[in-house]
Amino acid sequence: MGKTIAEKIISTKAGGDARAGDILVARVDLAFVQDTTGPLTVRQFRAAGYRTIASSLKAAVFLDHAAPSQSREMSNDHTLLRDFARETGAILSDVGDGVCHQIVAESLAKPGDLIIGSDSHTVTAGALGAFACGMGSSDVAVVFGLGRTWFRIPESYHIVVSGKFSKGVQAKDLVLSLIGQIGADGATYKALEFGGDSISQLTVSDRLTIANMAVEAGAKVGIFPSDEITRKYLVEQGRGKDYQPITTDSDATYERTISIDLSKLQPMVSQPHTVDNTIPAKELAGTKIQQVLIGTCTNGRLEDLEIAARMLKGKKHHPYTRLVVTPASRKILLAAIKAGYIETLIKAGAVIMPPGCGACLGLHQGVIGDGESCLSTANRNFKGRMGSAEGFVYLSSPATAAASALKGEITDPREFL
Amino acid sequence: MLTGRAFKFGDGISTDHIIPGKYAYLRSNLPELAKHVMEDADPTFAARVKPGDFIVGGNNFGLGSSREHAPLVIKMAGVKAILAKSVARIFFRNAINLGLPVLICNTDDIADSDILEVDLKAGIITDKTNSKRLTFGKIPEVMLHILDEGGLLPYIEKHGDIKL
Repeated sequence: MGKTIAEKIISTKAGGDARAGDILVARVDLAFVQDTTGPLTVRQFRAAGYRTIASSLKAAVFLDHAAPSQSREMSNDHTLLRDFARETGAILSDVGDGVCHQIVAESLAKPGDLIIGSDSHTVTAGALGAFACGMGSSDVAVVFGLGRTWFRIPESYHIVVSGKFSKGVQAKDLVLSLIGQIGADGATYKALEFGGDSISQLTVSDRLTIANMAVEAGAKVGIFPSDEITRKYLVEQGRGKDYQPITTDSDATYERTISIDLSKLQPMVSQPHTVDNTIPAKELAGTKIQQVLIGTCTNGRLEDLEIAARMLKGKKHHPYTRLVVTPASRKILLAAIKAGYIETLIKAGAVIMPPGCGACLGLHQGVIGDGESCLSTANRNFKGRMGSAEGFVYLSSPATAAASALKGEITDPREFL
Repeated sequence: MLTGRAFKFGDGISTDHIIPGKYAYLRSNLPELAKHVMEDADPTFAARVKPGDFIVGGNNFGLGSSREHAPLVIKMAGVKAILAKSVARIFFRNAINLGLPVLICNTDDIADSDILEVDLKAGIITDKTNSKRLTFGKIPEVMLHILDEGGLLPYIEKHGDIKL
């Protein structure tokens, strides 16, 4: 009987025949931490008596959540992590390089890899055909030491994509629709595996946006097959040799199949305070917003900045709405500067933040105040997420965010396209 | 046998309710961080919770971030177990890794401030206030072993590896 992509990858890494529901120990290819979960990993690693990182493992440390640090405490944590990376030989990605998930996609993840990270959005790398999931600091500490850990093989939901996006509708609208349909716990412990004829229309940037949010439906992983689009992306990143095709078997067993027709989607918004609280953007017309955040690991890629720049070119954001832009990586920021997008956005009144997590987790660089509303292209809108528990976070695509920045209220982007 | 008071919460208690990202700078100062436990769900919780008490949630408890600091500050508050109708994947694994049991059961009949008695071995929860009994779902054997050793680190110290 055939296998899903999740079953195939774990079978290879565990050296056995992995089926949904099995619990196996599997070899991990890449494990990483970031600056808000890494210090605890380092302490647990040392407490467990480890001194060196397992030789079979690629390990990485990312300083991205407070980048650059906004406090003495975070600076001390950064010192701890830099020292750890130097002592152990772990890859160090320092402040300004970008968000861990973007750097993992650009430089580290390979189709077929088993990846864990002490960040819930580790699922992002599933866009490239990897089995990538978030775990806590202790789990990553043990993987750093042993190079392996235990996994329960998830049952898979097959998300079958057909049709073509209509104008003004983006990958973010697909994933917000899906989460709205199945709920914030609709795929708990499951793998979301994407397939269908129309995934060939989704760029790696689109796939990263979609896989990034798999965890917002409770999923363990969000996986795309690797294909010609993946190969071209890897070639562009200078690592074409990392490509291998990963596909599902035609007779694989799925627990559930969900069909999505791209042509039927419309611009969507998640309303406070849950990601599954979705509604078409046009139904929120008139909802005033004080801040728009475009960027982060969900939607801070070149294509995202391009559409924002195109919509804001020669215009100014609404006077009552500030616009904050956070590119996902240094590479993207540089490409956006060369393409003129950054100049366009600055002229439109945007504040450009260094590549990193920025305001998404409410630590700095665009924290909202009591009673304020922010329309963000990030992935979470929980109560208190962006700083104030009395604030309101809405989630949307970059196109909806740019349109809303122009009008000062939530706006269907098709009004401007 | 564990006995304590129930602190009842609703569905969808996220890791931002439990310990918001704005306090990330306190994560290397755990006593200070722990003062903010459950702050955005109930600002009075930290002052009222006593060692031995229970957190009782609804669906999808602990959704969101992979921050192990979420179950960690709950454990530091003296909470002996979390009861919920369902739990988010990463939170569940993190709690077990810290030796904090998460018991999946129908929490609808448990009211705030009820006195609960939990028998982990027998798998039975008794609500002493309303005299109702509940059973909770099984957790995978590997997680039971980790829980028995008091968490992932003591487990690794004892066994040196992950044994299935």
